[in-house]
Amino acid sequence: MAYLTDRKRAEGLGSAKEGTHHHWLMMVSSASLAVLTPFFLFTFAPMLGKPHADVVAYFGQPFPAIITALMIAATFMHFKNGVQALIEDYVHGVARKIAIIGTICLSYVAAATGLFAIARMAL
Amino acid sequence: MPDVNRGNRPLSPHLTIYRPQITSISSILTRITGNALLLSALLVVWWLLAAATSPSAFALADGILTSIFGKLVLVLSLWGLCYHLLAGLRHLYWDTGGSMEIVWAEKLGWACVIGSVVLTAICVAIIWGIA
Repeated sequence: MAYLTDRKRAEGLGSAKEGTHHHWLMMVSSASLAVLTPFFLFTFAPMLGKPHADVVAYFGQPFPAIITALMIAATFMHFKNGVQALIEDYVHGVARKIAIIGTICLSYVAAATGLFAIARMAL
Repeated sequence: MPDVNRGNRPLSPHLTIYRPQITSISSILTRITGNALLLSALLVVWWLLAAATSPSAFALADGILTSIFGKLVLVLSLWGLCYHLLAGLRHLYWDTGGSMEIVWAEKLGWACVIGSVVLTAICVAIIWGIA
């Protein structure tokens, strides 16, 4: 017991060297969302309550379609990684794995659905 | 690791015993707004999918989002988005190593809280003007 070195005791603990990469992904997605959010807000919000034909024609234009698609993709990837940090803080064991897998699946399903909707109106 | 004693160690006091401070409140608000914005994001996706599907599906989704309750949810979402955006910018700024002192952390915390309300009001006014 006394012969174990400090290094031997520390090895294998910690975040498996993935924390830095996770943090970098959050920095990249948050920086891109900081730029995208105002563009998205002022393209999306004014269309609420407009006639259906106008909305479809609007999202058929390149600028609203591309901004909205980028916003959906960046949002759900940011959400996926952010919620993972939340789950890792408060949920443990098998429940943690299930919660993280569920979050990742939900994020991709929501992103794919949103992108499909934009593609259908734009093409 | 048989030499590591995992029992009977004192636990660090947790969130509930501390007096709320602007640093802790502004931190937890970042997490709450970020996760609660899932609801807003799913509503937007639903609205877009409805628009891509049919006029009747769109009428339902658009009707709910523009109802009084829908507008309340959307304005709260807008505040959450503004708050999370400002708090995120604060994090990006902190990542450069700037303003880590407590006095500045407190000032930036208040800037996020007050700034998010002001930003929400400005956004509502602009959207009202465009739409």
